[in-house]
Amino acid sequence: MLEIVNLSAGVGGKEILKGLSLSVKAGEVHAIMGPNGSGKSTLAAVLAGKGEYEVTSGSVTFNGSSLLELKPEERARAGVFLAFQYPVEIPGVNSTVFLKAALNECRKARGEQELDAVEFLALVKKKTKLLELDPALLHRAVNEGFSGGEKKRNEIFQMAVLEPKLAILDETDSGLDIDALRIVSDGVNKLRRPDNATLVITHYQRLLDHIVPDFVHVLAHGQIVKSGTKELALELEERGYDWILEGVASNGKP
Amino acid sequence: MMETLTEMDRTPDIAPFFGGELGPGPAWLQSLREKARAHMGEIGFPTTEQEEWRFTNIAPLLQWPLHTAEAGARSVSAADVAPFRLASDGYCLVFVDGRFRPELSTLPSHDVPLQAGSLRAQWESDGIELEKHLARHASCDANFFTALNTACFEDGAFVFVSANTVVEHPVQLLYLAASARPGAAVHARNLIVAQPGSSVKIMETYASLTEAPHLTNAVTELVLGPEARVEHCRLQNENERAFHIAWVQAEQSRNSHWLSHSIATGARLARNQIQTRLNAEGAEGVLNGLYLARGEQLIDHHTVVDHAKPHCESHEFYFGILSGKARGVFNGKIFVRQDAQKTNAKQTNRNLVLSEHALINTKPQLEIFADDVKCTHGATVGQLNEEALFYLRARGIGAEMARRMLVRAFANDAVERITLAPVREHLETLLTELFEGLDTSLAAHER
Repeated sequence: MLEIVNLSAGVGGKEILKGLSLSVKAGEVHAIMGPNGSGKSTLAAVLAGKGEYEVTSGSVTFNGSSLLELKPEERARAGVFLAFQYPVEIPGVNSTVFLKAALNECRKARGEQELDAVEFLALVKKKTKLLELDPALLHRAVNEGFSGGEKKRNEIFQMAVLEPKLAILDETDSGLDIDALRIVSDGVNKLRRPDNATLVITHYQRLLDHIVPDFVHVLAHGQIVKSGTKELALELEERGYDWILEGVASNGKP
Repeated sequence: MMETLTEMDRTPDIAPFFGGELGPGPAWLQSLREKARAHMGEIGFPTTEQEEWRFTNIAPLLQWPLHTAEAGARSVSAADVAPFRLASDGYCLVFVDGRFRPELSTLPSHDVPLQAGSLRAQWESDGIELEKHLARHASCDANFFTALNTACFEDGAFVFVSANTVVEHPVQLLYLAASARPGAAVHARNLIVAQPGSSVKIMETYASLTEAPHLTNAVTELVLGPEARVEHCRLQNENERAFHIAWVQAEQSRNSHWLSHSIATGARLARNQIQTRLNAEGAEGVLNGLYLARGEQLIDHHTVVDHAKPHCESHEFYFGILSGKARGVFNGKIFVRQDAQKTNAKQTNRNLVLSEHALINTKPQLEIFADDVKCTHGATVGQLNEEALFYLRARGIGAEMARRMLVRAFANDAVERITLAPVREHLETLLTELFEGLDTSLAAHER
């Protein structure tokens, strides 16, 4: 589904990703872990098409076509979803109006019928239950005045409505208490299907107790330096990142 | 008088303003008109040399032979007027090229404690209330166009709300320019008197049925008695060649509440002077505005809040959206007189500049002579929030639609402050249309 080959990218002239490669198949959950500043969020931003990030080399293929040539909205319509680490507050833009417009743009691109107001509200009702989200929040402006936990839940709620093929969760666990973490993880798990995939970007192992990954990758210095199964995450939790980083430094190359 | 005329001869360009006779009316009004004409001579036609007109060059107005709009130059029917009527259940006074058209209007019946009709008819029958207020509040000694209006106006609206009357339905004053001959001028004059304890909502609207350039020079005086509440919503959407000059002056008594909105989207050049004088304790003035300038439009707001007495409050929120090569001017004056202790005054001006060729000149001007007061002001000029834009696009919304959503959100902040539902509904439609028109200027900035 997603094929990243030798990707180098940066921002403001500074190279952050340095030849990263990663392959994700449909039905899989991959966790990307790594210390602060390793390039985790840059990877998420580059995949979503954030303007200020510049790709210097490499390729990203998504379901057979080149992702990097698409505008952010085209990527979203093709089925890429980024759950933001810091969801943006947008005063004056009503949550429901926003999400209905987004869903219908995605549906149009897939050649599906647009949903009318009644159908949309029925869908919303179903999905808010999944995330235990207070439907009253949807009468408000996008993320405006939401608590940290509500913002993160709202991201996964949007994901539930848009039903992407590839979901990228960027530090979705940060700022969540235990209950919110469980709700968000349950939501993500319920959305797992054989035909979609999830990329979980996280600093800590605790999210992976709930969203169990098929593969765990360690990102350091802009590259994947180690890959393994879910046991790797536990090992990182116990031993930290230093032992891997030292290994990389002494080998010169992973 | 001769001296005045001699002085005017030195600037022959403004001769058209003096070509016409003084407007009609009884002796007391004639004497006001004479004085106003003298003031015109003293003040002179505004130039950018004058501080008040520094950013607004009005000279292009003189390129057409200005003349009093002719009566009946075009026949206007109820069907022509219908799209401009905002409320189905309100009163509406219709003026075409400055002439009152009772047959197109919806007037209050005699059993309603509200008078709403022609100013001229009023001075021709019973001028007592007029003489008390007309031209007593909008002073002629500072502004050429206010003086011009006072010297020349032929008609306008008179709204009088009796004491302790709550007028349920809004009153619309609808001014339509219809003349096809370039340079037609209308000096509209409105007087709104809200007696003690009364409440009324006024919608003052200006639009064009013609595509010809025309001049609207409107003066509105509002007199709020003690405990009176007036919402005054001014909507100007004249054609893109029009010149629109407005002077609104409110005079507020004890515990009165004035909620003003100036929504300016039309005209080639619009200059709006919105003023209130908080002249007794407990008065509150709220001045809101939204200006949307596109293409080569210039929209200028000068506001003045005069805190003359203690324990008064004023709140001001002006929002501007500038695109293309448009220019905006916002000048917000707040005076706090020595007497006006415990004043609470707040002013905010926010501007969204959508094009690198658009420009806004914004200037707060606070003159405070009392020592125990709370006054704050803030002006911002910015572009669309890139983070918000990316967020919307990352959910599948196209760049252009995302931009429009954000512009709309910005405007909504002003629209939501209007309590008049028919005005909000009208603006929903109008802003949607206007923002559709913003497409090209926005697309030019798409990477």
